[in-house]
Amino acid sequence: MAHFTKATSVKDWLNQRLAIDTIEKVMGSEYWIPKNINFLWAMGMVLVITFVLLLVSGIFLLMYYQPNIETAFYSVNFTIMRDVDFGWLWRHVHGVAASVVFLIIYIHMFTGIYYGSYKKGREMIWISGMLLFVAFSAEAFSGYMLPWGQMSYWAGMVITNLFSGGSLHADGLVEWIRGDYVPAQAFLTRFFMLHVLLIPLAILGLIALHFGSLRIPHVNNQDGEEIDFEKESKRYLNGDKAGSKVMRFANDFMSKDMMVVGVYLIFFFYLVFYNYGFAMDPVNFDPADGLKTPAHIYPEWYFLWSYEILRPFSVDIGLIAFGFAQVIFVLLPFLDRSPNTVAANRRGLFRIWFWMMLINMIILTAMGKLPPSGIYSTIGFFAAILFIAQWIALPFITMFEKKV
Amino acid sequence: MENNGRRGFMGKAFGAVAAVGAVGSLVAMKKSWDPLPSVKAAGFTTLDMTIYEENQLVTEKWRGKPIFVLKKTAEMVAKQTEKQKARDIIIGGSHYMVSIGLCTHLGCIPAYNATEQGFLCACHGGQFDFSGDVTKVPPPRGFDIPPFKIDGTKLVLGEAGPEYTKMKETGITL
Ligand code: HEM
Ligand code: FES
Repeated sequence: MAHFTKATSVKDWLNQRLAIDTIEKVMGSEYWIPKNINFLWAMGMVLVITFVLLLVSGIFLLMYYQPNIETAFYSVNFTIMRDVDFGWLWRHVHGVAASVVFLIIYIHMFTGIYYGSYKKGREMIWISGMLLFVAFSAEAFSGYMLPWGQMSYWAGMVITNLFSGGSLHADGLVEWIRGDYVPAQAFLTRFFMLHVLLIPLAILGLIALHFGSLRIPHVNNQDGEEIDFEKESKRYLNGDKAGSKVMRFANDFMSKDMMVVGVYLIFFFYLVFYNYGFAMDPVNFDPADGLKTPAHIYPEWYFLWSYEILRPFSVDIGLIAFGFAQVIFVLLPFLDRSPNTVAANRRGLFRIWFWMMLINMIILTAMGKLPPSGIYSTIGFFAAILFIAQWIALPFITMFEKKV
Repeated sequence: MENNGRRGFMGKAFGAVAAVGAVGSLVAMKKSWDPLPSVKAAGFTTLDMTIYEENQLVTEKWRGKPIFVLKKTAEMVAKQTEKQKARDIIIGGSHYMVSIGLCTHLGCIPAYNATEQGFLCACHGGQFDFSGDVTKVPPPRGFDIPPFKIDGTKLVLGEAGPEYTKMKETGITL
C-alpha cells in the first residue's frame, strides 16, 4: 500500500490522495502553447464557453418544457416566455448560443484550413473536430423540433425524408426513425431524448477526444513551424522566458484566451438582449400543422450552404451531392497532398482554392435563403457545381505544390 | 502457459456471452423505435365523392397525411393526355385526382393554383400538373396515390380495390 504521512495542509492532504499538483502541471502550467499565434486560436475556448451557456440555459428550459405535441408549443411560447420569471432569458440565451456556436465553429474550421492545422500528426484533431460538427448539427436539429412550431414540424418532415434515399424508397426506414407515418408524438419524444441526453453525452465524449488529440502534436502556429516542445519548454523553465518559443497554457495563454472570451461575451449578450430575432424564426411562432406547409421552408442559416447543394438537382443526384458535401470536409487531411504546413497565402494555387471555397460557401448560404426560382436557381446550381469541382480538384492542385 | 490457455478460454467464453447479449439488445433497441401497433392500425378514411366542386382542391386527412382531392372540369378531362388520364379515379361519371398531398421530393405540401391548374412546391421549386404528375424536378415522380376502393359514390382510403391494384401494377403509383 502507498505510504501516507500526516498532512501539513488541505492541499497536501489532497495532493497525497489525488496528485492535484501533477494534474495542474499536466493540464495547465506545463501544457505548452506556441507564442506565435493570434486571436483565432482562442476560438476553441470561445466554443467551450458557448457550450456551457447552452448547457446552463438548457437545464433551466428543461424545468418547464413539456415534450408533448399538445402542450410543447405553449410550454415554450407561453409558460417559459411569459410566466416563468426570466424564462425569456434562458430561451434567448439558448437560441442565440445555438446559432452563434455555428458561426464560431465555421471560423474555427476555416482557421484550421487556412493554417494547415489538419496535417502532420494533427489529422485526429481535424477528424474529431468534424465529428463535433456533426454532433452539434444533430443537436441543433433535434432542438429545433422541440417548440413544435410550423418550422419544427416541416423541417422534421423534410430532413427525415432524406433517409428514404431518393429512388431507394426506404420509406420503412423513415417511418422507423419517426415512429409514425408523419412526425407525431413518438417523433417529438424521441428527439427530445436525443436532444437532452444522448447527443449532449456524445458531445462531451467528443470534446474529450478533441482535447486528447491535441496533446501530442500540440496546437499549430502562424508559420506552421515545427517546434521542439521538449527543448523550448526546458528553455522556458530554465528562466529564458523571452527567448523560448512557447508559453504556459495556464495562466499565460489562458489570460489571453479569456480576454477574447470577454469581448465575445459582450457581443453575445448584446445579441441576447437587443438582437435575438435572427435566432427565432417567425414561422415557428405558429403551432405545428400537418396539413399546411409554410410558404417557404429553409433551415437555420448554418445549414443553408449544404441545403443549397441539395436543391438544384433531381432527387437522387441532389442526395448524392448533399451526402458528398456532408462528409467531404472530414477527408481534407487526405485530399490535401501537399507537404506544406503553412498559411494558405503562401501556398500558390491552394491560396486561390481557400478563398474561393470560403466565398462560395457564403454564396451558397445566401442562395439557400432565397426562393428557388429564376436567377437564384441558376447561381445556386453553378455554386453547387463549383463546390464539388473544387473538392475534386484539391488533390491535383496540392500534388504539384512547390515545397516552401 | 497453462494459465494463458485458461485465460484465453475465459476471454472467449465471455466474448460469446457478450456477443449474444449485444445482438439481443440491438434487436430490442431497434424494435423499441418501431411505430407502435396503435399507430400502424390507424384506420380507414371514407370520402363522400359527391360533395366536391370542380377545379377546387380539397385536402382530406388519412393516416396523418394530407390527401388531395380535385374534381376535374370537363375541359380538363377533354385535354388530358393518356398518361394523365391513367391517374384518374372515375366515380359516377366524374373524374377525380386523389393523391397523397406530399411532394415526392422531401414531403412538403405543394400549393394548388386553380388558374394555372397546377401545383407548386415552395420547398425546392418542384411542380405538378392537375392530374398530380410531375412537371418540374426535383420531385422524381407524380404524387403517390393512396390505396383506395370505390364503393358506390364513396371512396375508402386504406383498402386496395381492383382499380388501385391495377394502377400499382402498371407503375402509375408506387
Ligand atoms: C445539454 C445541453 C442542452 C439542453 C439540456 C438543452 C435543452 C433544450 C430544451 C429543453 C429546448 C426546448 C425549449 C426551446 O425551444 O427553447 C431546447 C431548444 C433548442 N436547443 Fe437545446 N439544449 C442543450 C444543448 C443544445 C446545443 C448544444 C444546441 C446547438 C448547438 C442546442 C440547440 C437548440 C435549438 C436550436 C433549440 C430550439 C430553440 C428555439 O426554438 O427557441 N441545444 N434545448
Ligand atoms: S419537397 Fe417539394 S420540391 Fe423538395
